Amino acid sequence: MPATKVHVTTTINGEPVEFLAEPRQSLLEVLRDVVQLTGSKEGCNDGNCGACTVNMDGRIVDSCLVLGVEAEGADIQTVEGIASADGLHPIQQAFLENAALQCGICTPGFLVSSKALLEKEPNPSEERIRMWLAGNLCRCTGYDKIVKAVMAAAKEMAS
Amino acid sequence: MTTTYEPNKVLSNKEFKVVGTRPVRPDGADKVTGRAQYGADLQLTGLLYGKTLRSPHAHANIKSIDFKKALALEGVKAVVSAKDFPETKDTANYGLGDSPMNYFRGNILADKKVLYKGQAIAAVAASSVHVAEAALSLIDVKYEVLDAVLTAPEGMAKDAPILHDDLFTKEFEKQTKVNSNIAEHFQHKMGDIDEGFAGADVIVERTFDTATVHQGYIEPHNVTALWNDDDRIHVWTSTQGAFTVRAAVSEALAVPVSKIKVTPMEIGGGFGGKINVYEDPAAALLSKKAGHKPVKMVMTRAEVFEGTGPTPGSHMTVKMGATNEGKIVAAQANLAMEAGAYPGSPVGAGAMCVFTAYDIANVTIDGYDVVVNKPKTAAYRAPGAPNAAFAAEQVIDEIAEKLNIDPLELRLQNAAKEGTRRADGPIHPRIGCVEVLEAMKEHHHYQSPLTPAKNGGKVGRGVGIGFWFNIGMQSACNISVNNDGTVNLVEGSTDIGGSRASIAMHAAEVLGISYEDVKPQVADTDSVGYTAITGGSRTTFATGWAAYEAANDVKAQLIDRAATIWGVDPDSVEMEEGVLRSKTDTELNMSFKDLSAQLNDTGGPIVGRGAVDPSGIGGSFCGQIVDVEVDPETGKTDILRFTVVQDAGKAIHPSYVEGQMQGGSVQGIGWALNEEYYYSEDGRMNNPTFLDYRMPTSLDLPMIDTVIVEVANPGHPYGVRGVGEANIVSPQAAVANAIKSAVGARMEKMPMNPAAIMEQLWS
Ligand code: FES
Ligand code: FES
Repeated sequence: MPATKVHVTTTINGEPVEFLAEPRQSLLEVLRDVVQLTGSKEGCNDGNCGACTVNMDGRIVDSCLVLGVEAEGADIQTVEGIASADGLHPIQQAFLENAALQCGICTPGFLVSSKALLEKEPNPSEERIRMWLAGNLCRCTGYDKIVKAVMAAAKEMAS
Repeated sequence: MTTTYEPNKVLSNKEFKVVGTRPVRPDGADKVTGRAQYGADLQLTGLLYGKTLRSPHAHANIKSIDFKKALALEGVKAVVSAKDFPETKDTANYGLGDSPMNYFRGNILADKKVLYKGQAIAAVAASSVHVAEAALSLIDVKYEVLDAVLTAPEGMAKDAPILHDDLFTKEFEKQTKVNSNIAEHFQHKMGDIDEGFAGADVIVERTFDTATVHQGYIEPHNVTALWNDDDRIHVWTSTQGAFTVRAAVSEALAVPVSKIKVTPMEIGGGFGGKINVYEDPAAALLSKKAGHKPVKMVMTRAEVFEGTGPTPGSHMTVKMGATNEGKIVAAQANLAMEAGAYPGSPVGAGAMCVFTAYDIANVTIDGYDVVVNKPKTAAYRAPGAPNAAFAAEQVIDEIAEKLNIDPLELRLQNAAKEGTRRADGPIHPRIGCVEVLEAMKEHHHYQSPLTPAKNGGKVGRGVGIGFWFNIGMQSACNISVNNDGTVNLVEGSTDIGGSRASIAMHAAEVLGISYEDVKPQVADTDSVGYTAITGGSRTTFATGWAAYEAANDVKAQLIDRAATIWGVDPDSVEMEEGVLRSKTDTELNMSFKDLSAQLNDTGGPIVGRGAVDPSGIGGSFCGQIVDVEVDPETGKTDILRFTVVQDAGKAIHPSYVEGQMQGGSVQGIGWALNEEYYYSEDGRMNNPTFLDYRMPTSLDLPMIDTVIVEVANPGHPYGVRGVGEANIVSPQAAVANAIKSAVGARMEKMPMNPAAIMEQLWS
């Protein structure tokens, strides 16, 4: 009864990764349960919370809305790929210093989204940040400190 | 404007070395790299996956359950239902009071009858989550569907369908023989209400209805349970209270607590909703039946909405009277709140808070706890108080309007102070109600003209103030000294918003060492003394206090050890700012770091303990100022400017205090404007997704400005009052008052969505 699995070749956080996915498995499920990258979180599984946000070929996507098999040939970055050997990325540091997380379940999604924004637009306005992050729900912080953290990271990265 | 305005003020009047600073949290690196282990991230060898079968009906008798086809499916390892619970006693108590065993177990796995859509009936363990899901559809349940009651007034109606044939109304603390949906009717009385109203020049009376809303934490409930071959049970779960889970599993399964170990995983939000225990006992039963294999269960978002939480809908009438001079002389409230399927709505807490910000001589409060065919309500941040404040704070606003007095002035004129009696009995100790109101009045926001409209709508300003009493309860903490001059701190409170930091800061302050030299850890139930829930705004207050005690214990032992080394009387030795010294001989001094390196050679390790059940609880007041813009054509409301002012007693970590104030206020905004369980007539929630149950996004909000007021709680060593809850009490009322000021509509229904506002404008 289990459907035949499909062989998929991708790049995840800069490393070549191969996996077998059932056609019905979402990318989020594959990342968490097959590749064992559990940093991406599931809050809704229907594209409405952003906790599962990953960067796929330069675009941010809700990985619960992408099929694992669609990752064939793709270049994927997850929260696990944001820090480097040199340490935390400025966006991660800014989240910590600005107390931009309380429970932290939304944080991986916000970090992936914010990093993508700052790569495109190094100096976004508050309005622009709020618009960009509107697909990521946070129930703990009321967003104030998250928005400020993104602004602080932009400043840090410009300096 | 000549002076530049600086947001996020802390009105501090006592400074410490570590307390009051803003260090990075100890679990921070794990949480920004995806390494932090939340419950759903756990992988164990031989893991099976569980899924719960839930009732499609809001009210029905279960005639039969047939598992035959499900069990025949390849990969299915076990099924459980209420039949698998062992014989046990009649009542359950897992740390939050007695409840009948059949109600407690009924909310875990229903027996004979289902009382809400989404109630758990059975569970399956299988080799994968997909197989488990497929198996659910093969379970054949026969129901006899009954009429449902969905609101408190419906439940209280004379001919209402009855949910429980063993529920008899408690009336004024006496058990009656009346079988009804009213679990309890109570009353608080002070003074003479008729005389009070007779002396009033203006009287305002209004009736309010509020919808059911959910806590909305982003992480769904999850549990992994292993019933080991030696009959010890290990539970890994996302919870606000590991010991609460241990007790609940023990009560449900009639297994002693010593056989159960609960490991609290990182928790992705709770707000009160992760105190109740749902799938954990079923997961343990499945593990046993599947041959002692670990079983993991993770809820879907729809299951979270339909099977957990929420906080109640309510039906409330509030009447208040004041003299022309603005003295409030009488206040009366009739509060009916939905308990959900089993008794225990937060109406009692609502009644404790409804008029508590005011000094009123004549008060009567009636509370009704009503069972309805909705999920059993769970705590949600100051449970019951926001409903009550939505009513009372609007009535006060209308009195201010009628008397033509500034709404903050009227509140200040009647504000509760130390010595004011609450209608439910207690006399206020030192509180910060006046200080919060004064800080609001003097705030740049209140002193500024209305924020201009962004989209050509009408703008208005509203205020509100709310109270939450906070709780104490038991906490334990151990601190052991490392030989490099640092300490390890073990505590039992799950950390939802940075409490590891605030608890560690208590210890650093006592020992005079840096915050970075305290390494806090949240332990499982085998590794730390009993610690009650992370809830009731108690964690920093009580577990922080336990850390304070443990650190003082360490300090006393360090002093003893230094005295031994120096061969002097311990009374002649003191420890200040991380240095031990003789009070009489200046030659004798040694840093904590140097002493720590010598411990193993001078008598062995030093371990301090702290165990508390503190009584000096300090309630917190919190107020909001909000500017809104309402589109008079569509009823859409935007928040233009928002300021929240709260008395923290002492903000141990001001950033996390602000975070609580901002988060609670924004949940209040969502509750005010959008959020609601949208029910079909037969009791199905029509919107169990984040698409249709719409919580605020970053785009819906401005910055949430904060003012931390510090009126020290004399009952805590650093003056801490809890800060987790008071902030959600009055944003709804403040928004309602702002809408009234913008478009003239007095909002008697929540949520105040466009339809509700248009209805009010056209009526
Ligand atoms: S889990 Fe993918 S958007 Fe919520
Ligand atoms: S920090 Fe908890 S959901 Fe964002």
